[in-house]
Amino acid sequence: MNIEKRFIRKDSLKKLFDALVAKNKVVYAPVTRNGKTSFRIVNDFSLISGDYIQTTQSSKEVTFPRTEKILDFEKNKDGIGVKPVDIQPVHESVIWGIRPCDAVGKGELGAIFNWDSKDEIFNARVAKTTLISFSCSRADEYCFCTSVGGNPGNTEGSDILLTLAGEGGDYLAEIITEKGGAVMAAAPELFEKDPGIEKDKYLASLPARFSHTEIRNKLDKFFESEEWARQSLRCIGCGACAYVCPTCACFDIQDESHGKSGSRVRCWDSCGFSLFTLHTSGHNPREVQSQRWRQRIMHKFSYMPERLSVYGCTGCGRCSRGCPVDMNLLEHLISIQEVTV
Amino acid sequence: MRENIYLPYQMKIERVTYEAPGVKTFMLKFINEEDREKFEFKAGQFGEYSVYGVGESTFCIASSPTRKGYIECTFRQTGRVTNALSNCEEGSIIGFRGPYGNVFPIEEWKGKNLLFIAGGIALPPMRCVIWNCLDLRENFRDVTIIYGARSVKDLVYKHELKDWELRKDVKLITTVDPGGESPDWRGEIGFVPTIVEKTAPSAKDTIAIVCGPPVMIKFTFPVLAKLGFSDDNIYTTLENRMKCGFGKCGRCNVGKVYVCKDGPVFTLAQLKDLPDEY
Repeated sequence: MNIEKRFIRKDSLKKLFDALVAKNKVVYAPVTRNGKTSFRIVNDFSLISGDYIQTTQSSKEVTFPRTEKILDFEKNKDGIGVKPVDIQPVHESVIWGIRPCDAVGKGELGAIFNWDSKDEIFNARVAKTTLISFSCSRADEYCFCTSVGGNPGNTEGSDILLTLAGEGGDYLAEIITEKGGAVMAAAPELFEKDPGIEKDKYLASLPARFSHTEIRNKLDKFFESEEWARQSLRCIGCGACAYVCPTCACFDIQDESHGKSGSRVRCWDSCGFSLFTLHTSGHNPREVQSQRWRQRIMHKFSYMPERLSVYGCTGCGRCSRGCPVDMNLLEHLISIQEVTV
Repeated sequence: MRENIYLPYQMKIERVTYEAPGVKTFMLKFINEEDREKFEFKAGQFGEYSVYGVGESTFCIASSPTRKGYIECTFRQTGRVTNALSNCEEGSIIGFRGPYGNVFPIEEWKGKNLLFIAGGIALPPMRCVIWNCLDLRENFRDVTIIYGARSVKDLVYKHELKDWELRKDVKLITTVDPGGESPDWRGEIGFVPTIVEKTAPSAKDTIAIVCGPPVMIKFTFPVLAKLGFSDDNIYTTLENRMKCGFGKCGRCNVGKVYVCKDGPVFTLAQLKDLPDEY
């Protein structure tokens, strides 16, 4: 589908939001509380935060919930009854106000969930989710989308991309997919003719800081490097980086039961946890933190591009902003590029 | 393909066999007729076995694909799930997802000698391929099995060891670690690598399949190399912690290789290409 360009006035934005809510969509949008901006289900446009560079959490929870039921079971007189979770009633939802880097993350998660067997639970949610992204007019020192192939006005993964065109508060709207077209159809009068907005003029300037292909090639021979230990000496293995990451998909499967019935759930996990790879015998293939840090970087910048043809990083910078001991992914990647093997 | 890839088959525990202290074998039958008819697997593959309310645990399918209508698994009671499994009685229902992973290339081994070397609880993954080959016995030349355990009571599949011992077309050598023998023990005494060296099987036209604890594997490979086995003719299966079994949960990889998808069967030549992360 060709990208269709339209123009949305400042005061039309609320009307568009209200039209979506009126269409019975569940709308997730960034809301700031106690200094943290997260995606919440919102019905009132005035609650949406406009002043954020990046949300604290990514929006991946919408398609890959933190804890998700995969089946229910119940012990009965005949033994046990097992019922797979019904994926049909998943609600039509809209994620409003995500950044282009998160929209790219949708594809990276999708690659993991579909590279071999297809994860229909995940796919059902993706199929019913529409992404209305907002380009970045500002970036901070943690952002590095341009170093991993993205940019502040990237349309990849989004259904509609809105770019704030100057002080007036009007927007350029790019309708990227059929789902985006359906949003426009919900309130066609709000999508006016594009007066010829020069989008690039309004995007944050963010020169690339490293070459992802150079890093990827370097990592082929970097497994035994001492750099991993040096970089991760202060890592406490808390897993925060994985929880805020828009592309981290590692999960655990656990049973939760109450009396005779219960559920099997899939929940977020992290390669940074010491128990992640621990065998029952006590043996642990990644027994020290540097091995776990190495896994994180290698997975995202070497194994995923090789096996799935996508990087496992969108340059959103959340892991660095959220790290309690100030590990900075961008700095570490630059130092991998610079260090001699 | 099932729509919900996490949904197990419902299996009835048809028979429980006590193998060794803490080790049991379950014979499992599909409750659903259609599942049983459709289900296919090959030697080397594994699955996720679950006790509802406790969780899932990963182990190989220990029965041969030539024996239709059921599968078997052998496990040691060690963690939460294997303890719960161990408490299951005949007639109980458990879950099974699979088969997952790659297979032993048995077709390629036709016309060759087969040398099976196993230690302790690692005989189960090999039992599948042993019976598979014995059920197609005319396709292979000499079949030698060297199996060792810590002590006589730790040997698993004691009845089958007797069967193999009595068969004229199988050469079986059993051994126990020094100090592990009983007064009436008639087998060898010594660690598996030592017994392999002493037995000195010929490497000519022979495929070696080795499964055992890491320390056994570590000392067996050099013995095989000395006997003239090439790295391409030595096979083993790897184990790593897993949750999904299909390359998504992210924990079984060794470098870029996923044990659940690219393995669990590897040749020694392939292992030598992997980083030390297993």
